[in-house]
Amino acid sequence: MRIGAVTWLALLCGAVWGGLWMLLTGLLLMLVSGLSIAPPVGMAALAGAGAAGVLIATPAQARGRRCLFVLTVVLPLMLATVTGFQPFGLPLAHRAEMQLPALLAWAGLCIAALHLCLDGFTAGRARRYLIEALLLRLLKGLALVLFSVFVALPFYVMVMTSLKSQQSLLANPLDFSIDFSRDFTVLFRSYIELFTEFHFGTFLANSAIVSVSTVLVTLAFAVPGAYAVARLRFPGRAFLSRSILLIYMVPAIVLVIPLYAVFSQLGLRNSLIGLMVVYPATTIPVALHMLQGYFRGLPAELEEAGLMDGLTRAQVIAKITLPLALPALATVSLYVFMIAWNEFLFAFMFLDDLDIFTLSRGVVSLNSSEVPRQHLMAGSVVATLPVLVVFLWFEKYLVSGLTAGSVKG
Amino acid sequence: MASAGAQASPVLPRGRPAGVGALARRERRLAYRMLLPTFCIVLGIVLLPLVANFWISFKAVELGDLRPARPMFNEQLRPRPQAANEVVTLRYRVRNSSRKEALENLTFTDSIPAGLVLTVLPDGCRLEAPVLTCALGNLAGGERRDMVLPVTVQQTFLDSGVRVRRSKPQAQFETRNVLTSPEFTVANFRKVFSAQEFWSVLRVTLYYTIFGTLGALLLGLFAAQILHTAFRGRAVLRGLFLFPYVAPVIAVAFAWVLLLDAGPGGTFNAMLQQLGATDQPVNFLGRKYIDISIFGWQVQFPMALSTVIAFESWRYFPLSFLFILARMQSLPADMYEAAEMDGATPLQQFWYLSLPQLLGILSVLFLLRFIWTFNKFDDIFLLTGGAAGTRTLTVDVYEQAFAVSNLGAGAAVAVVVFALLLGFALLFFTFSPQDDD
Repeated sequence: MRIGAVTWLALLCGAVWGGLWMLLTGLLLMLVSGLSIAPPVGMAALAGAGAAGVLIATPAQARGRRCLFVLTVVLPLMLATVTGFQPFGLPLAHRAEMQLPALLAWAGLCIAALHLCLDGFTAGRARRYLIEALLLRLLKGLALVLFSVFVALPFYVMVMTSLKSQQSLLANPLDFSIDFSRDFTVLFRSYIELFTEFHFGTFLANSAIVSVSTVLVTLAFAVPGAYAVARLRFPGRAFLSRSILLIYMVPAIVLVIPLYAVFSQLGLRNSLIGLMVVYPATTIPVALHMLQGYFRGLPAELEEAGLMDGLTRAQVIAKITLPLALPALATVSLYVFMIAWNEFLFAFMFLDDLDIFTLSRGVVSLNSSEVPRQHLMAGSVVATLPVLVVFLWFEKYLVSGLTAGSVKG
Repeated sequence: MASAGAQASPVLPRGRPAGVGALARRERRLAYRMLLPTFCIVLGIVLLPLVANFWISFKAVELGDLRPARPMFNEQLRPRPQAANEVVTLRYRVRNSSRKEALENLTFTDSIPAGLVLTVLPDGCRLEAPVLTCALGNLAGGERRDMVLPVTVQQTFLDSGVRVRRSKPQAQFETRNVLTSPEFTVANFRKVFSAQEFWSVLRVTLYYTIFGTLGALLLGLFAAQILHTAFRGRAVLRGLFLFPYVAPVIAVAFAWVLLLDAGPGGTFNAMLQQLGATDQPVNFLGRKYIDISIFGWQVQFPMALSTVIAFESWRYFPLSFLFILARMQSLPADMYEAAEMDGATPLQQFWYLSLPQLLGILSVLFLLRFIWTFNKFDDIFLLTGGAAGTRTLTVDVYEQAFAVSNLGAGAAVAVVVFALLLGFALLFFTFSPQDDD
C-alpha cells in the first residue's frame, strides 16, 4: 500500500468530519438535554481521522454494509478510550440514556459522511482531477451541513424559546429540553395567553383581511393592465412595459412621510382601509409585470378566434385568457399575499389602535421589557406559521414565480 | 431621384397615413381604459407622494403640524334651569386646538333649541331664529374665549328635555396650514448636510449595501452549488433554504435579537462560552467596535454593522440562490461532458464553464439586490434601531421625521435617498439586457 495524497486527504476528511459532527451533536445534546457539555473536538477529530485511515485502507469492494457497521461501533469505543470514557466532557454514566444515543449518532454521521466522501477512492497517489474531486466533496458536504445549521438555528431557537419560561431561560439559556410529560396547557401557555390576553386572534384576522383583500385588489387592477400591455397596441406601450418595474424600485421609506401626512389629514391613517390602499399600490406594478410576461406567452390565435366568434374583449379575457393563465394567477396571488402578510413599515407607522393591529404590528408591541420573551417568540411563530404553510403548500408555484420575473427585495 | 418622384405625384400622401383607423383608435381607447385604474393608484400612492416628499423637504414642518388648528367648542347652560321664566346663561367656550397657529375670522353658527329666548345679543352676534351666528374675530394659538348669552327659559324647553349640546356649533375660520402655505426654506437640507453624522451615515449605508449584497450573492452561489447535484432530501433542503426569505421580517429579526442577546439568556453567547470560544459575552448588536489583534495588529472590527450585514446576507441569500440554481439547471449537460472528456478538473469546470455562464444573472442580481438593500429599512430598524454605528440613510429618514419629529428634515434625507437611488437605477438600466420578455 502506498501512502499518497489521497490518504492524506482522507485523513483530513476524517478529522474534519469527526470534529464537526462532535461540535454539532454536542451542541444538539446540550440543547435537548440541558446537560453542561464540553465537546472534545480535538479528540473527536483524531478518532475521525483514525476511522478515515481504516476506511481508505480498505479496498473499495470490501466497504460493504458490514464494514461500515463495524466502524460505527468501533469509532465510539475509540473516542471513549481516548477521552477517558468522557466522550462529551462528562462521565458517560451520567444521563447515559441521552449520551449514548448522541455518541452513536455522532459515529453514524461521521462514518456516513466519510463513506460518501471517500466512495470510489483508494489509497495512493492520484491525478489532480481526483484530488480536486475529493476536496470538493468534502467542501460541499461541509457547506451543506453548515448552511443547514445556519439557516435553521434562528427558527429552532424561535420555536423552542416560545415553549419555555423566562425564568428557566435566564437560568440556563442553552437548556431547550422540553418536558413532554407536562400538560398541554402548560407547554403552550404563551400561545394560549397571546390569544386570550394579547388579542392575537384579532391580529390574525386583521392580517388575513388585509392580505386577502390586497391580493384581490391587486389582481383586479393588474389583470386588465397586464392584458392591455401584452395584447393591445397603443402609443407608450413599450415604454410602459419597460418602466413599470421602476415604480417597484421606489423605496417605501420615501413614501412614508408624505403618505403619513396626507393620510393623517384624510383620517385614513389609523385604519385598515389605509393599508388596503397602500399595499396594492406597491404590489400592482410587479404583478402587472409578471402577468404581462405570462400573457405574452399564451397563443394569441385562441383569443382572435374568440373575437371572431363574437365575444367581447371582456369575455375573451374571462373565458379564454384567465383560465389559461391560472398558474400565473396563482403565483402572483401567493407572492402578493406573502408581501402583504409580511409588510412591516406601513403597518408600524399607520396603526395606533390595538383592535386594528396586523400581526406585524402586534408582534412589535410585544417587544417590551414588560412582556416575557417567550411571548415575543410565540408571537413570531404565530406570524410565521401561516405564511410558511402557504409557501410549503404551493412551493412549486412560488419558486417558479420568484424566478420568472419578480425582483422583490 | 427620390425627390423628383415625390414631385411627380403630389396628390399621394407621403410617409405614414395622417389619421389612425377607427379600429386602432378603439383598441387604443380600450387599452387606456384598462390601464386607468393601475395608473390612478400608482399616481396617487407612489408618484404624487414622491412629489409631495420634495415639497415637504423644503418646508419647516413638524409632526405636530399635521393636526391643523381648529376651534373646539364647549356649550353649557348655567346654572341648570329649574323653573319656567328663569334667566340663565348660555355659555360657549371656544378653544384653539393648536398652540402655534392662529384662527382667523372665526364665526360659528348654532341652532338654539325651542323654548330658549335670547334676550340680549352681544356684539357680533345675530339671531335668525332658530340659528345664532356669532363672529369671534381672531383666536391666537392656544387661546380660549367665552361667549356668554343671557337666556330666558320657557316651559316648552323644560318639557322637551332637549340639551343645548345636541346641536353642534358649525365653525368657519381661516388658518395657515404649513403643509400648503407657499413658504419654503432650505434649512432642512442645510441641517442634513451640515450634520457631523451625515457622512458617517452615508458611509455606513454604502458598506451595508455593498457587503450585504455581496454576502447574499455569494451565499446564494454557494447554496446553488451545493444543491445543484441531485441527492436524497434535496427538495426538503431547498424548501428549508427559502425559509429566511419567506418568513416575516419581524419574526426572524426578533429571533436573531434574542439569539444574539449579550445579557443573561442569550443562547448564542452561552454556546460560545460553553465551547470556550470567548470568556466575555459578545454584544453582537450593541457594540460599535471590538478590538481584535491579528499578529500584533490592533484592528477595530465594526461588530454591530457586521452582524447586521450577516443578517441581511442570511435573509436574502435564498433569492439569489433560486435565480442562480434556475440558471445552472438550464446549462447544457453535454458541455460538461465534453469538458470531462478533455480532462478538465471540477474546479476548472466551475471557473471556465459555469462562472462565465452565470455572469449575466450574477450581475443583474447584484444590481437588483444592491438597490433593494439600499432601500431596506425594516431589518436594521428592528435589529438595532440604528444604534451602535448601524444607522443607514433609510433609518435616518425615520429618526429625523418621527423620532425627532421633524418631518421636513426627514423628507430632506428621503430626497437624498431618492437621488442616490435614481443614480443606481440608471446604472441598472444601462447594464440590464435589453430583451423584452
